[in-house]
Amino acid sequence: MAEIKKVYLDNNATTPCDPRVVEAMLPYFYEHPGNAASRSHPFGWEAEGAVDLARQQIADLIYADEKEIIFTSGATESDNLALKGVFEMYSRKGNHIITVTTEHKAVLDSCKRLEKQGAEITYLQVDSEGLINLDELEAAIKPSTILVSIMWANNETGVIQPMKEIGAICAKHGVLFMSDATQAVGKIPVNPRENGVHLMAFSAHKMYGPKGVGALYVSRKDPRVKVTAQMDGGGHERGMRSGTLNVPGIVGFGKAAAIAKVEMADEALRLSKLRDKLELGFMSTLEEVYLNGAKSHRMPHVTNLSFKHVEGEGLMMTFNQNIALSSGSACTSASLEPSYVLVALGLGDDLAHSSLRFSLGRFTTEEDVDFAIKAISEGVNHMRDLSPIWEMYKEGIDLNSIVWEAH
Amino acid sequence: MAYSEKVLDHFKNPKNVGTLDKNDASVGTGLVGAPECGDVMRLQIKVNPQTQQIEDAKFKTFGCGSAIASSSLATEWLKGKSIDDALKIDNMDIVEELALPPVKIHCSVLAEDAIKSAIKDYKEKNHLS
Repeated sequence: MAEIKKVYLDNNATTPCDPRVVEAMLPYFYEHPGNAASRSHPFGWEAEGAVDLARQQIADLIYADEKEIIFTSGATESDNLALKGVFEMYSRKGNHIITVTTEHKAVLDSCKRLEKQGAEITYLQVDSEGLINLDELEAAIKPSTILVSIMWANNETGVIQPMKEIGAICAKHGVLFMSDATQAVGKIPVNPRENGVHLMAFSAHKMYGPKGVGALYVSRKDPRVKVTAQMDGGGHERGMRSGTLNVPGIVGFGKAAAIAKVEMADEALRLSKLRDKLELGFMSTLEEVYLNGAKSHRMPHVTNLSFKHVEGEGLMMTFNQNIALSSGSACTSASLEPSYVLVALGLGDDLAHSSLRFSLGRFTTEEDVDFAIKAISEGVNHMRDLSPIWEMYKEGIDLNSIVWEAH
Repeated sequence: MAYSEKVLDHFKNPKNVGTLDKNDASVGTGLVGAPECGDVMRLQIKVNPQTQQIEDAKFKTFGCGSAIASSSLATEWLKGKSIDDALKIDNMDIVEELALPPVKIHCSVLAEDAIKSAIKDYKEKNHLS
């Protein structure tokens, strides 16, 4: 039987681990098994040396000091640590946190928990391009505000927020600025200090490193930021995150950062060309295809498109034996609600249900993109042939004039 | 989520896709669901006025694989049935036949609603009670 072609366009969900990263990690499972906290023997010293190198590689990627890198199990933990740790540490200063409706659930759900513990949270809206309004942000800051948490780049749309401007507003008002930069680090230049970011969460497995390891950048000077540990134990990571370090994972994270530092710029250019080709491939042959999110402020490797009058999950079934990607359709989630990120952009639920997110990566080839254009276009045509609302649209019936029986 | 073979088969080769003339007195049309819910099903039946038997059934569905499979299966079951027997089709019959998981049961409910709605439309058009 011929091998089934498989194209992976879901790199915002997770990236494959680069073989060079795997190679760097391997000795740290068996040959160098030490605990980085073991100070009394060579096994521990080797592990500690490997962690120190990785910390330096990661700090170099984000133009930080290696002491500003706190290792965690991933970006979700880093988001939790930043939000909950700042809330606890700065409770005497205030209880108000500002964030955005399109943040990742790791941020939104942490905020929800803090609300139960007495925090006041302001959720900023975004415009139709997915961008926040800077005046609204500034107006939301008050004396009790301790933290602004705004993601660098959105996971669903790839939209990049105006980080420097946000950082300047936070600095002007003496408020800490935290950012979930999971989708940005390793893909575009990310410099927290230059952008006034004081805490920043990111993860290895979104930048061709292994799963299960992430980091929180915590500014050490101007200002020196502290977070209350959320995990009690041996006082690792300068007391901010206890737990034996995941040495092989951290080594892989460091290697991934070193590779990204060298290859990122060329890679971003290559991927933006492939992404543009993908968009043009659909828009030049199919009607009623819409781009979701700001075209000019977004990640080079991401595009989120709505194929009107086609339901996303059904559409995915036409090609998901061969092509991996995500949909904002409710049917792909257990909640039966379409993507809250796309709804926040003001998309009607119908367009949110019709969306596909394409996220290209280091191992995506032009052949993959050509294959995806062909297969997905065929899928869209197939689904539109089946779609009663496409038929009505083609007959010129105004779908808004119909009284639908919502269920 | 993995789909059952039967869902995949109906999805890949849907039966009775199409449109009947909704102005024809012998045709009943049911349009249920809403675009914002992610499911719209249009199911049509053509009834023989002498025998009250369903001679033909067609559908078009905007929705996920289970919604398409449920409507495809419904049209297959409808053909040849009397309208009284058609009213007896229960959504759980569809769930069972297609091995739908709990999260997709609403697709079968929608198909049952579409059948009932199409029959109601036919009856109203022909002043049958």
